[in-house]
Amino acid sequence: MSKIVDLLAVDDEPVVLEAVERTCTTEGYSVETAADASAALDKLHNRRYRLILCDIMMPALDGFQFLAEMDRRKIKTPVIMTTGYSTLENAVRSLYDGAIDFIPKPFTVDELLASVSRAMKYIEIQAALRQARSTDSIVYVPCPTRYLRLGYGSWLSLENDGSVRTGVTDLYLRTLDAIRELKLRHGNDELVQGSSCASLVSKDGLEHQVLSPVSGRVIEVNPDLADDPMLLQKDPFFRSWFYRLIPSDLEYEMKHLIPCSSDRI
Amino acid sequence: MNKIGFKLILAVGITTVISIGVYSFFMVRSISGGLEGEVERHANQLSETVKYGTRYDMLFNQRDRIHELVRNMAAQPSINRIRVLNKSGEVVYSSREEDIGQMVDKQAEACYACHAADKPLERLSIEDRTRIYRVHADSTRFLGIINPIYNEPSCWEASCHEHDQGQTVLGVLDVVMSLEDVDQRIRQSEIEMLIFAVVAIVVLSFIVAVFVERWVDWPVRDLLSATEEVASGNLSHTIPAKRSDELGLLARSFNHMTAKLSEARLQLFQSDKMASLGRLAAGVAHEINNPLTGVLTYSSFLLKRTQDRPEIQEDLKVIVRETLRSREIVKSLLDFARQSVPKKTEADIHEILDRAQAVVENQLSLNKVRVVRQLDSSLPRITVDSNQMQQVFINLLVNAADAIGRNGGTITVQTSLLCLSPYGMLNIRKAQCPKRHNLIDNEFKIDGRAAVKLRMVSNEEEGFLYLDPLYGSHHHRQTVAADGEPLQLSCPQCHTSLMDPEKKCPVCSAPVFRFDIPGKGQFENCSRKGCEWQRWAAVDEEGHKDYVEIRVQDSGCGIPKEDLPRIFEPFFSSKGQKGTGLGLSVIWGIIDNHNGSITVQSEGGKGTTFTIRLPVKE
Repeated sequence: MSKIVDLLAVDDEPVVLEAVERTCTTEGYSVETAADASAALDKLHNRRYRLILCDIMMPALDGFQFLAEMDRRKIKTPVIMTTGYSTLENAVRSLYDGAIDFIPKPFTVDELLASVSRAMKYIEIQAALRQARSTDSIVYVPCPTRYLRLGYGSWLSLENDGSVRTGVTDLYLRTLDAIRELKLRHGNDELVQGSSCASLVSKDGLEHQVLSPVSGRVIEVNPDLADDPMLLQKDPFFRSWFYRLIPSDLEYEMKHLIPCSSDRI
Repeated sequence: MNKIGFKLILAVGITTVISIGVYSFFMVRSISGGLEGEVERHANQLSETVKYGTRYDMLFNQRDRIHELVRNMAAQPSINRIRVLNKSGEVVYSSREEDIGQMVDKQAEACYACHAADKPLERLSIEDRTRIYRVHADSTRFLGIINPIYNEPSCWEASCHEHDQGQTVLGVLDVVMSLEDVDQRIRQSEIEMLIFAVVAIVVLSFIVAVFVERWVDWPVRDLLSATEEVASGNLSHTIPAKRSDELGLLARSFNHMTAKLSEARLQLFQSDKMASLGRLAAGVAHEINNPLTGVLTYSSFLLKRTQDRPEIQEDLKVIVRETLRSREIVKSLLDFARQSVPKKTEADIHEILDRAQAVVENQLSLNKVRVVRQLDSSLPRITVDSNQMQQVFINLLVNAADAIGRNGGTITVQTSLLCLSPYGMLNIRKAQCPKRHNLIDNEFKIDGRAAVKLRMVSNEEEGFLYLDPLYGSHHHRQTVAADGEPLQLSCPQCHTSLMDPEKKCPVCSAPVFRFDIPGKGQFENCSRKGCEWQRWAAVDEEGHKDYVEIRVQDSGCGIPKEDLPRIFEPFFSSKGQKGTGLGLSVIWGIIDNHNGSITVQSEGGKGTTFTIRLPVKE
């Protein structure tokens, strides 16, 4: 078997494929491209890829069907979804369907590279996890069972008073280099599920967006975190929550969140 | 002739004909009865005169003198003839010579009244002695009166010994008068009656016609033509409803109905337009975002790789920045179709103004437009969606340039910091009844803002009061007229009263109603129409607030006065095919989303000023 290729880009727009190939190659990744989903499936059949970057709106098989087909063929390669029809519904649905990230088009080089670098780290962590199963060592702190998560990035916990708390998962933090800065939103801001609710600047200068797991109005920003951003890495699930929100449509939005209890099976 | 007016006139005409006909019939009958009675009395008098005039001559049996008298009497025009008959029925004297000596049959019609019962009657009432008859069918009528000549002592004592004492009636005097004159008068009064009836019918019908025309025909015609107008699609047509009767009411409710209909049609039209706009936006987003991805990745890639070449960096930064802006525009196009919330961050208004001006610089210099800036450097940073705000300024600048035209002019951009009272600035966005039902009606807008809908009862009439949501503004609407009367107000859903039993309006002492503003206390309002007392204590307590004011003033052609109230409506455009009519309505929406206000002043030929006020702190 030949060498594993880092990235397979799938898009029906040649200019996007070229741009992705050009920029990622310069960053040192090996890149192959496919003009549609069935070509991509053929390539996956013949070769191993670390990561797939896939457009949603494509003729014949679309991105969601591609994800389903991969699942049917038991191909575990992680997928980053992207689309020009960048509605938040698409973002949330992609993450629920098993994509590890979502980049709305058009994207800058930094946005693409931030996502790819996180994905590469994610793949490493998954590999380390398989090894660690035998040695019982901890690779990352899993999400508490009563929490819900959007993709693997952000979590949501229901409070007794009807409000919700949100934050970022340990796994997400571990896909980043050392964090240099944390940018949070303000109290009273309206957040929308699937849109960026905070961003983390890593040491390499890339800015990583954290997608909000729920829509609603921020009623409290964690004061401890504002004082000391480093707290985040110590206790991401409890003391380092981001916001307390009044959710606007929790019942509907929860359908697109993954219960963390399913991670233990 | 199916017109309602014609039918009414016909009904009135028939009624008049019948009533006047009956009246005339009895009138003519009474007149002719009166006239005949008169003639009868006259004839009776005459016959008595003849009887007593000839008495002396009778006694002395002076036949020539009697003849003479009878002839002379009968010469009067109205008298037909005078006869004296003896008891055997022989004509003894007559005004006509040929009659003398003739025998009259006692069974004849003239004698029947007395001789019918075989034995002659001796005394008869005047009616029974009178007879009216015609000689033949075409002749004039005659009235004959029989006057019996009774026996008396001087008769049987007279020297001629003609009559003996045993007789009662010696003979009869028969006077016949012509009724020609009377008949003519009756005919004449019949004709008069007929003329009167015709004139009355015509005049009455005319008067009724005039009123029917004014009270029924015109309003019905107005309604009819309005219905046709509305049916042909002109929903802005209204009927002048100045009358207070049922047809006036009908006209008013018709106007109300068309207004509602046009509102509903506009909403339908708008939602339809929104839906196609949404599809268009999705298509555009998808199609544009792919090429934009190429531009953005390559330009940001270049920017990353040319950090050692500052002369290229500046240009590349512009490309990246503007591409990012395009991305936001496309996104906001999608968001606009889905009405999402703005992405607000702290920003410097002047920077946004700079960027907006830079974008339209080319167009402005082409049109020889000079931009004068009078900026207040002490302006604080405010929380806005920079992209949306930039879109607002670009739109206003482009509109201003369009208004100025090709001959050049000036746009003045002014900024200042104001401290304003919440009165007249703040509007109600949430309102609840005591049972927490939402009172905001997004369907009904006043000056573009969703009104507060309240149920009102006044004089046992039920309706709705739509309260102007702007604190201090009084463009309220109500569905039931209640002038000057205090209203009873309640929640439209649960009918819980909103009246405050313990409070009176400090201005006019009328009852006060209030409702809850979640998180902002209570809103109080005087319930009497026309009284403008309002209080929003929680907001008043916060006191004056700082606003950033941005004025964009142009020296262009101005906006016609009649268009001013409508310019912020969606799809209203004065640019014909050039504009979409969405510009100002989108601006309005953006400013409203920022809890700000936008107003416009314009004078034809002198220019237009748009004034935007944005709160410094929300």
